[in-house]
Amino acid sequence: HLATSLPLPSERDHLRPRIDLIVFMIDIKSKYSLKNVETSLAHVDASFFLGKVCFLVTGVGRVNACSIDTSAVCKLGETYCSPVLFCELELEGVRAATAQRLVRILQISAGHIQGVSALSFVSLMRKSDDD
Amino acid sequence: ENADPQKTAFLLRKAWTLYSVTPLYGFRRARLRDYARLLSAFIAAERQRGLAVEVGVELDIKVSLSSLADLRGSQLDQAALLVQLSSRSRASSRNSEDKPVWSGWFCSVFGDDLSENVPEHFTCLPLFLTHGAESYTSLVGSWFQKTFDCCFRRLAISPLNLSWMVAMWAGCKLDRAASAVELVFSVPRLSQPLDISYAIHPEDAQALWETVQKTPGEITQEEVDVFMDCLYAHFHRHFKIHLSAAKLVKVSTAVAEAHCDGIVKIQHSQYLPGVLMLLTELAISQIQ
Repeated sequence: HLATSLPLPSERDHLRPRIDLIVFMIDIKSKYSLKNVETSLAHVDASFFLGKVCFLVTGVGRVNACSIDTSAVCKLGETYCSPVLFCELELEGVRAATAQRLVRILQISAGHIQGVSALSFVSLMRKSDDD
Repeated sequence: ENADPQKTAFLLRKAWTLYSVTPLYGFRRARLRDYARLLSAFIAAERQRGLAVEVGVELDIKVSLSSLADLRGSQLDQAALLVQLSSRSRASSRNSEDKPVWSGWFCSVFGDDLSENVPEHFTCLPLFLTHGAESYTSLVGSWFQKTFDCCFRRLAISPLNLSWMVAMWAGCKLDRAASAVELVFSVPRLSQPLDISYAIHPEDAQALWETVQKTPGEITQEEVDVFMDCLYAHFHRHFKIHLSAAKLVKVSTAVAEAHCDGIVKIQHSQYLPGVLMLLTELAISQIQ
């Protein structure tokens, strides 16, 4: 399911299946996309931030078209305890690899992988120098 | 360091194309005259091969290399190196003036990040600025690459860096009346390309920057973001267009102008070191 912003329209709430993962897409070329994601984050229930949210930053292949400070995005990931993935959708190889990673994350978040819970994302994200 | 305004006057109000240059190997300042002669011979040879410039024009190209001792940030920087190509038509009289055809200069303003990690025999002058025909730029560039084993790359300026520039420069106080602060955006993914030009009264821009900047002399990313967000919000209120979704391609202030393709024009000598320091930093991050 794709949405340009949150909250989702309430009319379809009863028809909507359980949401296992929310991927927030940020285009590094658009400051507006970051602002949109920041506003939408406010509408997400806190329980999602236990491994059911991830940030996907696109367009990173073009360093010279960068409109967003990448450290701000990393900080966003830290604040919301969610992983940040960087990719370049224009490259077919990277696109396919990113899709595979997202599916893997989704499988874990949906509880389809035995022995690995979505909560492990939080602990995997901690850097070794934090301890 | 305050360079002699007379010597640096030629830098102002000209559009310079920017390049980053890796450190030069085996460059010796004492040999500038030799280098000029070698470069001149190289250019003549290339033109004989028919590989350069205007066909059928009878021109002798004279090369001069000089050092600009004052054009640097600190004593740790190398002095700037100026390369000038001038022409004297073979047909005209002996005493005719040489006409400048092309100029380029290498410089480093507070480029310690690069120079402190570099081995012996290397000279760091990471920023290269050119003015004149592209064909001369590639001739001069090729000779430097062959002679000093260095590498030139066009220096592009991202929208993120352009917004730093406009925030910094719009806040500068100038002795005389400033020109408008202008931002040019290009809107992506339309069937017809669309450019939006947003002009702000210089005093309004300065007043806005003053309310945003907390510590004079220091600028943070947050402050630049707040400054830009105010400009975007103001524009959205009037035109219902989100400039933050468009690509910032050019910024223009009374201090300097910069274009994302890596073209800069410095208007005012007062802020020349500041502008060069920022450009040196961009060149170094492109090299590393």
